[in-house]
Amino acid sequence: MDSATSDPTASAATHTAAEALAPSGRTPLTDAAETGLKIVVVGGFGVGKTTLVRSVSEIRPLNTEEVMTQAGVGVDETGSVTAKTTTTVAFDFGRISLNERMVLYLFGAPGQERFWFLWDRLFSGTLGAVVLVDTRRMDDSWYAIDRLEHHRTPFVVAVNRFDDDTARHSLDEIRLALALPDQVPLVDCDARVRTSGKNVLVTLVDHLYKLALAQESAS
Amino acid sequence: MTRRPVDTGAPDRLYTVTGGRSRADDSFDLVTLVVAECGPTAGMQSEHVRILDLCRHPTAVVELAAELALPITVVRILLGDLLATGSITARHPRLGQTAASHPDTALLQEVLHGLRNL
Repeated sequence: MDSATSDPTASAATHTAAEALAPSGRTPLTDAAETGLKIVVVGGFGVGKTTLVRSVSEIRPLNTEEVMTQAGVGVDETGSVTAKTTTTVAFDFGRISLNERMVLYLFGAPGQERFWFLWDRLFSGTLGAVVLVDTRRMDDSWYAIDRLEHHRTPFVVAVNRFDDDTARHSLDEIRLALALPDQVPLVDCDARVRTSGKNVLVTLVDHLYKLALAQESAS
Repeated sequence: MTRRPVDTGAPDRLYTVTGGRSRADDSFDLVTLVVAECGPTAGMQSEHVRILDLCRHPTAVVELAAELALPITVVRILLGDLLATGSITARHPRLGQTAASHPDTALLQEVLHGLRNL
């Protein structure tokens, strides 16, 4: 694990806990782990995606990147990109071991335009998505919701309530502002709090369960 | 968290790692779990050695990328090499890479159960 961390106490704690488990400082999965699952958290810059991932993850969030080089330029939808352009998209992720066999990975993904052409390659097969909203910058959420609908990825919307948000719009007002259909769950959360982050995930999977149930009884 | 840039503006470095290749083995999903089936051998490329070391326990492709500080595509290429020589096995996710495969209720119930027990 890298030494670049902004929080020395958290780093020390992680180190102590991980030391007993792996010489490299990593916390490995159990040997029985066989199924990886994905949930993606999308939202604008600074909305709290990494905070949410961190609050529920069993490992300190890691980050990685995907690079589109000339081999993949044809996939780029922007159209204005010339050959040999390199585009880099960075994302954070955390991990939750659901049981001995199943491990859920949570990805914090940027909401901006250049990210979405990588969606199919990185996040196909995802269970669903959480759109994290900052009511002071609601415009950032529009695009994410539009793209998720386009990719037919089921999602819920979670409003990250910031302490200095004086307006405190109600969920009904926010649903209206986002033109969010009634069937899409909308919840409040505090991304810093583990139980709150957990509640957002349960809301999403519960929503997915109902969708799957409806589909199974229809077929 | 401080970002540690993977792409340092030196793509040459990445081409050296992959021996000039830029096409990856698409069968490796971000959450495919990789397990080493043998230890490193003499003369093996250092990135391959590190992967085998990290994969003594099941390790997701995305965790390998973060640990190696390499882009996902580069890691997929390296994993393709190791798979071809039988040095690793891959446990692919049940949900395929096609949009057509939806999770079933049994799977989702298991996920819900796991989350509620956190």
